[in-house]
Amino acid sequence: MNLGRVIGTVVATRKYEGLEGVKFLLIQPLDHGQKKVGDPIVAADTVQAGPGELIYYVNSREAALALDPFFVPVDAAIVGIVDAVSTKDADAEPASRHFATSAPVKGVQP
Amino acid sequence: MKLCRVLGPVVSTAKHPTYVGRKLLVVQPVDDRGGDLGSSFLAVDDVQAGVGDLVLVMQEGNGVRQLLKMGSQVPIRSLIVGIVDQVTVQQP
Repeated sequence: MNLGRVIGTVVATRKYEGLEGVKFLLIQPLDHGQKKVGDPIVAADTVQAGPGELIYYVNSREAALALDPFFVPVDAAIVGIVDAVSTKDADAEPASRHFATSAPVKGVQP
Repeated sequence: MKLCRVLGPVVSTAKHPTYVGRKLLVVQPVDDRGGDLGSSFLAVDDVQAGVGDLVLVMQEGNGVRQLLKMGSQVPIRSLIVGIVDQVTVQQP
């Protein structure tokens, strides 16, 4: 699952069977600092998100499982609207404190 | 599975029904020295991980569905399945 920002709407009149009434939105994937990650994608909306909102979405096969019926050709679905992301405390404890190195073991190829 | 560090929680009110009552965290993949690798993503927490913890994240929908036991229609793809105490990397 990833964060994203809704940047537009997509209207499609002719759609695959099972997608009637499904709303599609154009979203820009973001990281935790709201920096753009990759290119915009189209996602099905399950939470009535609107343009400009910060959302999270699920991609791949699990995206279709957010819809009903779920056997539909969808590979990104918005599953939540973000109220807040708090990541400011994380850098106080770098991950490197969990890492150690050991001397090479004779005769064992790494 | 990926080694990640937990950056912090994501709070949301409007969400898909399967996410109700589940803790969602932002995680950052790390390399074999603990440095950042690629961009962050979100994962559902099943092991009560906290900010700064090094965790194991599974990113495979079928495995997640088997673990969460919520039926076959679960739109969750990333799940935190373990808290890592230490990683030892053998020097080349």
